[in-house]
Amino acid sequence: MSLDPRVNRLKLGDPTAVIKVEAGENWNVYEVFHQEKRGAHHEHVGCVHAPDPQMALIFAKEQFGRRKKCVNLWVVKSADILAFDSEDEDMFANNMEKTYRDASGFKVMEKINKFKQSKGATNHVK
Amino acid sequence: MYGGGYIFEEPNNKQLREEKVHDEPEKLAAFEERIARGEKIEPGDWMPTEYRRQLIRLIEQHAHSEIIGALPEGTWITRAPGFKRKLALIAKVQDEIGHGQLLYNAAETLGKTREEMINDLLSGKSKYSNVFNYPAKTWADVTVIGFLIDAAAIVNQVANSKGSYGPYCRALERICYEESFHLKQGHDAFIELATGTPAQKEMLQDALNRWWKPIMHFFGPPDKTSQHSEKLMEWKVKMASNDDMRNQFLDTYVPKIWELGLTLPDPALHKNEETGRWEYSDPDWDEFFRVINGGGPCNQERLQVRKWAEEHGRWVRKALMNPADKHALPVA
Repeated sequence: MSLDPRVNRLKLGDPTAVIKVEAGENWNVYEVFHQEKRGAHHEHVGCVHAPDPQMALIFAKEQFGRRKKCVNLWVVKSADILAFDSEDEDMFANNMEKTYRDASGFKVMEKINKFKQSKGATNHVK
Repeated sequence: MYGGGYIFEEPNNKQLREEKVHDEPEKLAAFEERIARGEKIEPGDWMPTEYRRQLIRLIEQHAHSEIIGALPEGTWITRAPGFKRKLALIAKVQDEIGHGQLLYNAAETLGKTREEMINDLLSGKSKYSNVFNYPAKTWADVTVIGFLIDAAAIVNQVANSKGSYGPYCRALERICYEESFHLKQGHDAFIELATGTPAQKEMLQDALNRWWKPIMHFFGPPDKTSQHSEKLMEWKVKMASNDDMRNQFLDTYVPKIWELGLTLPDPALHKNEETGRWEYSDPDWDEFFRVINGGGPCNQERLQVRKWAEEHGRWVRKALMNPADKHALPVA
């Protein structure tokens, strides 16, 4: 007898019975993207198993939308995501000299001040 | 909750350890350097066979513990005293199932399918946290689980969340955030009984007496007897030794039990102020191993309920199945 009256009502089967879940029975994997507020990016938060995209959205709402703020969710089949191999990470290594594509690589104030101090400055500018 | 503080050894361990020899030494060195630098390992990375295998075992057992752990508590949803307690318990049980899903996903990124993991649970090959082989006899048991078992699991999970495997860390980060509510509601319910009527106090003390042994077992056998793998520590799969985690737990929570005027059923339990370590009598490790190997009061019922759920849910899963789909693993 179980302490749980509901378990007793279930009429549990033979404890030695072999129950096997077939491959694929737990469906497919969908990656879930969560948008916390309007205007924010959808961010990857994890995945769910679902038989189709509609069910994936329903499961994603239960799994990732039940606590923190959420205004929208995306799901996409994991198999449809194309990614670089993580072994190729070195291709993202920065060239040491990249100030030409950085805001900090351009010093306008130095030039302005130099210009102001020179005879080039007119009388309207104090 | 519920990262079993202890990863159970599997009998076929030896054969796979030997495979490790075939791992490529250059890649292994790069892998170990990455971990030493504090970087995370991601699913597509090269990893030693033994690392992959140990992680699957750890994360899978953690996932099973979440699912099985929801059973003794779920029993009490219909009988929880009052609307607020009922709401909190439903939310907590739902969280635990959600944690199971997150963890299965993390384990899947290592190459073992969800179906294989469920089959290994149902056949008894794969273990789950030993504490759930004990019954929750009264409402006070639920408060002891909600407070102390969750607290113990948090000690374990916070440690593991600093491990080396990215997907497991990400899952644990989310889990630990939700656990803080579990612990707080458990503590609240525990205090309510401890400061309540004499009957409530007596019920709580009785539950505490029965749960103390399983709680002492939670983090696994003492360091001096368990096969202590330095490699697993170096690879940041195991983050702290069983005894260290147990000591941390006792240090934080024993005072919280004593301050409520409750007692613990071990007269030898005390903190050695010189060493800073807690000392206690032997919590009967023979019983621990007996229960792991199927001899506990609830082992059979837990697995039977899981089997029932798989069997009776099958038609729903099949009805929803899209036969054109092919299986894929999570990418991250």
